[in-house]
Amino acid sequence: MRSSMITISDLSKRFGRLEVLKSIQLDFSAGKSYAMIGPNGSGKTTLIKCILGMVMADKGEITVDGKSIANDWTYRNRIGYMPQIGRYPDQMKIGQIFDMIRDLRQDQAQIDEDLIKEFKLDRMKDKRMRTLSGGTRQKVSASLAFLFDPPILILDEPTAGLDPIAVEALKEKILSEKSKDKTFLITSHIMSDLDELSSQLVYLEEGKMLFNDTIDSLKEETGESKLGRAVATIMKRNLKEMEA
Amino acid sequence: MKCTILLLSIILPFYASAKTWMVDQKGNMRSIKSALGLARNGDTIRVMPGTYREGNLIVQKSVAIIGTNFPVLDGENKYEIFTIAAHDVSVIGLRLINTGVASINDISAINAIESNQLRVLNNRFENTFFGIHLANCSGSLIENNTLLSDLEAKRQIGNGIHAWKCDSITIRNNTVNGHRDGIYFEFVTNSLVENNVSHHNMRYGLHFMFSHNDEYRSNIFQDNGAGVAVMYTKGVRMTGNRFEDNWGASSYGLLLKDIRDSFIEKNQFSKNTVGVYMEGSSRCSFSQNIFKENGWAVKIQANCDDNVFLKNSFLSNTFDMATNGSLVLNTLDYNYWDNYQGYDLDRDGVGDVPFHPVSFYSMVVEKMPSSVILWRSFLVYLLDRTEKVVPSITPENLKDNHPVMRNY
Amino acid sequence: MIRIAKYVLYDIVRNRFILLYTLLLLTVTLSMYSLDSDPGKSTLSLLNIILLVVPLVSIIFTTIHFFNSYEFIELLLSQPVNRKTIFFAEFLSIAFALSCAFLIGVALPMVILNFNSSTPYLIMAGLLLTFVFVALAFGASVSTRDKAKGIGVALLFWFYFTLIYDGFVLYVIYSFSDYPLEKVTLLLVSLNPIDLARIIILLKLDLSALMGYTGAFYKHFFGSSMGIAYSFSFLILWTLVPLMLAMRRFVHKDI
Repeated sequence: MRSSMITISDLSKRFGRLEVLKSIQLDFSAGKSYAMIGPNGSGKTTLIKCILGMVMADKGEITVDGKSIANDWTYRNRIGYMPQIGRYPDQMKIGQIFDMIRDLRQDQAQIDEDLIKEFKLDRMKDKRMRTLSGGTRQKVSASLAFLFDPPILILDEPTAGLDPIAVEALKEKILSEKSKDKTFLITSHIMSDLDELSSQLVYLEEGKMLFNDTIDSLKEETGESKLGRAVATIMKRNLKEMEA
Repeated sequence: MKCTILLLSIILPFYASAKTWMVDQKGNMRSIKSALGLARNGDTIRVMPGTYREGNLIVQKSVAIIGTNFPVLDGENKYEIFTIAAHDVSVIGLRLINTGVASINDISAINAIESNQLRVLNNRFENTFFGIHLANCSGSLIENNTLLSDLEAKRQIGNGIHAWKCDSITIRNNTVNGHRDGIYFEFVTNSLVENNVSHHNMRYGLHFMFSHNDEYRSNIFQDNGAGVAVMYTKGVRMTGNRFEDNWGASSYGLLLKDIRDSFIEKNQFSKNTVGVYMEGSSRCSFSQNIFKENGWAVKIQANCDDNVFLKNSFLSNTFDMATNGSLVLNTLDYNYWDNYQGYDLDRDGVGDVPFHPVSFYSMVVEKMPSSVILWRSFLVYLLDRTEKVVPSITPENLKDNHPVMRNY
Repeated sequence: MIRIAKYVLYDIVRNRFILLYTLLLLTVTLSMYSLDSDPGKSTLSLLNIILLVVPLVSIIFTTIHFFNSYEFIELLLSQPVNRKTIFFAEFLSIAFALSCAFLIGVALPMVILNFNSSTPYLIMAGLLLTFVFVALAFGASVSTRDKAKGIGVALLFWFYFTLIYDGFVLYVIYSFSDYPLEKVTLLLVSLNPIDLARIIILLKLDLSALMGYTGAFYKHFFGSSMGIAYSFSFLILWTLVPLMLAMRRFVHKDI
């Protein structure tokens, strides 16, 4: 068994009365690609934000590379993050965003500008973030996530809003990085994408983790050949269990 | 003054009867006392430089005692130096130091009793208990003297120039410093106080009572313990004086208590806790005075009546006026108030709306002194504004109906 | 931190509001000196600018800026950057920008047109008030996620320190006017940065304002170098305490 890259133990988080995460136990092994799915509001983004230290958990611990992330920030050197909705300072230009982030992370020598070139962002350097479409913003987010060649990549709905060509380019990038033994954590509602990109599946519902295994064993268990159907079967089964 | 001495020394020998006695510690006559014993009325005693310790000198003849280069007469902290009980005595050009101190007697450097036409000119007084003490004198001239006492010495301190029951005296060009009261008058009438500087005295720069029809002209009263206080007097005329830097809890530029029928004109009151404080005073006329940078320019108690403030300038005072009641029987007219915010539509130089110099907050501070800590806060500004629009506690009648737009 | 502050500052300057604020201060200061022939009186009018406008603009501008840079903060937080670094970079650059506006708009004309012994105190007081209200604004900003609510809280702070608190002090003085209150009021005004700044300036400017026994007491206290040190250190505390509280909140805040 490969060493685990991210360990989440007994993680709980509330927003006011709403319990968003309920004692999550998870292990992301190095070099594997995880698909995280679940209905809207099931806590996927919150879990990601917990890993990134943007949301503070009420209980439990997260370790990255064996070190707790509490009161630490250097571990984010090792994570590339693409948010679900990339929000950027309105008046900054695309070029300025990249320059700034690179300026802040001067110590990191390994630069990967493939996506910038692929998305032709280097030709729109002087466009202000305010003027960008949602898709272009996603391109910026994706490029930023891969920019420093990090060993861990967390992609929150990476393909949403992208045009088909960009989707293909991004997928290709993910696959090529995956072959370099990087750890991926991807959420999406597009099952076919996940089928292509991931080998493991984590299923969250109402803050609880209900499934964590390989995609292959899921398909086997449900007898479906497509991930989408397999997940749907599981969801229905869960619903019945809850009703019973 | 040197000219006067020169003149005297030229003229005096021509009086056949008048004789000049030379007192010199190196000469035949070594003491002033022996000269006084020999001299007759009209004689002159010239005192050469040196230090004379002769105890108390009693002058009972009309003589002129004239020092050359300020000979020192030392009272050795025990004695009164001159006791004068004759008319037409002159004391000129001496340095009088270290008188005794007593709690019953007013030991002085020069103590004149019933002495008419006394002249005290060009002397220096140092560490005297009382400097010049006049009782029952008339026609005295006190001029160009310097009276300096050391307040820090913590011993008892008397008055600089003290006059009791005198008439027609003139006090001119003197400097008084470090005494209890700089100039003190009691029952002194028809006299003139001019061009004196009275500063850093323990109590008052000028203090008088029952002294009618006197005139005070161009004096400077500065940084005295409690400023200047004058009481129970009528017919005072004060012009061109400066009352400055009198700071403290009960310190006033000029305190008027029971003063009647007086004129206070063209004086400058600046940097005093209270510029003018009036109590029980009537028919006083204040005109063309400048009130500048005082805590309160004028505090006028409700028991004052028929006083008139005309053409004065009120500049940069914290509060222009305060009073303790709502009844106002005094008149303000044609003054310049730098706090006036009215307008002058007809451009005649006079504001079209009256000015109320008593602000709401000055009444508040009058009642609760601690509240001064909030002065110039936004809250106080709003309170003052509100009171201007809807007066509730400030006296409605105390107002200047013709505030002028430009400073005089 | 300097690297981040550089970008925050760049953002602030691009905003043009700071430039407008500088010009406003400059115009007001210059017009006050040219309108009134007595420079002492103009300085006194400037006191109102320092005590009212500087805190108001500082607290509102900072709050709005903080909420407007949420995206920026979010972006930085996904990067390997310490939260404290982000927080202090934000604080320093805003305080720096507002201080520059004050220095150019008020301090510079004052030094050129009417420099006297009180000028350094006026400038110090203005700068410290800027810092205090920027710090308070951070307190207001981290207390809520809602921009409108944040601005509301900031306005409330300003209103409280300029008006409500003094009303309370006056009420205390009125209610206990039979007792010696000097030391109590001294303590009370120390709890309001605007009052502290006002008294420091008044003592240097308008001595006549402090009179009578009470005045002598205040003057003795605040006029001494001990008193000056006391009031300035209280103003510094007024910056540091809200700032530290806000920082602790920010470090544990969910973005």
